[in-house]
Amino acid sequence: MNFKEMVEKKERFVSGHGACAGCPIGIIVRNVLAAIEDDVVVACATGCMEVTTTIYPYTAWKVPWIHSAFENAASTMSGIVAAYEVLKEKGKINRDIRFIAFGGDGGTYDIGLQALSGAWERGHRFLYICYDNEAYMNTGNQRSGATPYGAETTTAPYGRVEAGKMEFRKNLTQIAAAHNIPYVAQASIANLPDLHNKVKKAIASDGPSFINIFSPCVLNWGYAPHKTVEISKLAVETRFWPIYEVENGKYRINYKPAKPLPIEEFLKTQRRFRYMLKEENKWMVEKLQNHINEEWEKLLKLEEISKEG
Amino acid sequence: MKALTGAYAIAEAMRQIEPDVVAAYPITPQTPIVEQFAKFVANGVVRTKMIRVESEHSAMSACIGACAAGARAMTATSSAGLALMWEMLGVASGLRLPIVMAVANRALSAPINIHCDHSDSMGARDHGWIQIYSENAQEAYDNFIMAVKIAEHRDVMLPVMVMQDGFITSHGVQNVTLLEDNIVGDFVGSYEPPYTLLDTKNPVTFGSIQLQDFYFETKRQQEHAMETAKSVIKEVADEFWHVSKRRYGYFERYKLEDAEAVIVTMSSTAGTTKAVIDRMRARGKKVGLLKIRVFRPFPYKEIAAALKDTSYIGVLDRSMSYGAYPPLYTEIRNALYSLTSRPKVQSYVFGLGGREITENEIENVFNELLEGELTESMKYIGCRGEE
Ligand SMILES: Cc1ncc(C[n+]2csc(CCOP(=O)(O)OP(=O)(O)O)c2C)c(N)n1
Ligand code: SF4
Ligand SMILES: [Mg+2]
Repeated sequence: MNFKEMVEKKERFVSGHGACAGCPIGIIVRNVLAAIEDDVVVACATGCMEVTTTIYPYTAWKVPWIHSAFENAASTMSGIVAAYEVLKEKGKINRDIRFIAFGGDGGTYDIGLQALSGAWERGHRFLYICYDNEAYMNTGNQRSGATPYGAETTTAPYGRVEAGKMEFRKNLTQIAAAHNIPYVAQASIANLPDLHNKVKKAIASDGPSFINIFSPCVLNWGYAPHKTVEISKLAVETRFWPIYEVENGKYRINYKPAKPLPIEEFLKTQRRFRYMLKEENKWMVEKLQNHINEEWEKLLKLEEISKEG
Repeated sequence: MKALTGAYAIAEAMRQIEPDVVAAYPITPQTPIVEQFAKFVANGVVRTKMIRVESEHSAMSACIGACAAGARAMTATSSAGLALMWEMLGVASGLRLPIVMAVANRALSAPINIHCDHSDSMGARDHGWIQIYSENAQEAYDNFIMAVKIAEHRDVMLPVMVMQDGFITSHGVQNVTLLEDNIVGDFVGSYEPPYTLLDTKNPVTFGSIQLQDFYFETKRQQEHAMETAKSVIKEVADEFWHVSKRRYGYFERYKLEDAEAVIVTMSSTAGTTKAVIDRMRARGKKVGLLKIRVFRPFPYKEIAAALKDTSYIGVLDRSMSYGAYPPLYTEIRNALYSLTSRPKVQSYVFGLGGREITENEIENVFNELLEGELTESMKYIGCRGEE
């Protein structure tokens, strides 16, 4: 199946859901599901994706789907995968089914990290996708471990002595890679063929796989709904969100901007960074830029040292 | 007949039931259950997928996932482990997933304490789980097997927890009569839920969000299932009698008919109470016991009928509800309210953190009751600083 056929095949996630106009959640789910040919079962953590797509008695999902709580999409999925394996062994199931868990950054970087780490260590075969909108959006834009330095949130606001989030975000993709699972990647809706490719590789992996997808939030990042893809692109071009993969321990940066843009280009598109861009806070932009540069250098080294041969 | 600990008896029941998935995490005094079961798995005695999760929260979450996927799923825990599951207990019952869990009762922190009381499962009494308490290893074994059939009954579809007293029962060796493997297998049958996640041809959304317009009805249905569970518990006990010749009701009456003073309690303390009753009966004292087996759904009507001719009742709780009367006492008083002439009831709290309760202390309770020394306050058995 080519890319065009894939996107045009029967939808497994349908319209009518309640996500904000311009929210990339729908783009992410549709593209992920379109990249998989087998039957799929989905588990979803509490958050915008779950809340906007399953308001009873409606559902946007045409695949079996479960939400059990906020911090446990990975452990819920561990049980589903174990059930699948044993029922297959016992001859009660005879189809091939693929398993995907979705969680927001809060449900993945923070409250759900233990359950996810446990699932990775145990080696259950499923794809975990974090749609990273860099804060707790469903509850109204509170700071998470994924919120970038300098961003304003409702629990890390701008005040006289604090200027938004004062800490750098944690690097969850690296944490995932440190579990030595077969496939780990960062992806973006700015590059859909790359995303499809990654989903295919992840699904084909004989073990746990993880994809961290950059997921702008129209409402709380503060930008016009038609800018979602553009902002996603800027995140990649500024190397704020490198797209790369770690396949059986080998790093590959899938796209290296020939002329990386300064981070201001990304920051100025969103209301959440508006204070950071003020003259007196320029040092913060510099600090963030330095951090981005260092992280990129590290990534290049990881790619270099994990090269074959 | 075999000499087994209560924990081992549960592991044997699990081996015979051969669930599809067991997800569990170690905690004293439950641990020997999962350790023994892990041996069965490691030796290929059972075809069960065992998930050695990283927490009890994940144990229950994995059971939820497995059960929603159409698997028969089980776990076991105690104390802090049950407390850590708190959130997921309500999800299991709300999603109507017939998970079966063994609980070896243990006190809650702080202070940290590994010994028996009922604070853990009593703290979980309002989570929509059926709760069955066992006096000894035999009952733990029998109740656990019955629990599968009760939970999975199409008109029930609720999770069940089966309690035994930590250490006292879980680690004490007793004679247990096991059923033949094939009898247990036939008794529990296979789990055939109407909807599952793995039925990809008929996709179902589990655990959607329900707001002001639907949530209430869903929760009302859950209560309806609990009401239905009452009759199912009885039916299953009848079926179990056919295969085991051991009879179970919502509660057990021990020398209750003409008793003037009755102790109501549960689990292993009921055994001690029976010994005291025999001793006192030999001296002509009209004393008896009502031992609770099924705590949720609570059999109010049946208990009122069983206690209506008694004059004095002492309810012995092994947990507290700080700032209120303890749980069992509260339910018993509630049950008696429908009677026109009500017996007097005294609340006793005992055994917190594994504090031993002696036959003499139980005899003292009976004597206080027979002398009509009943108050509206709680009394504490064997606690220093009380009288
Ligand atoms: C145990 C628990 N704590 C807190 C919450 C409240 N809560 C629900 S969704 C949410 C934020 C979700 O954030 P994230 O995972 O980033 O997803 P998003 O809404 O941003 O898509 C929070 C805090 C909860 N449901 N459960
Ligand atoms: S609040 Fe943000 S993440 Fe949530 S639906 Fe709206 S745009 Fe999407
Ligand atoms: Mg988020």
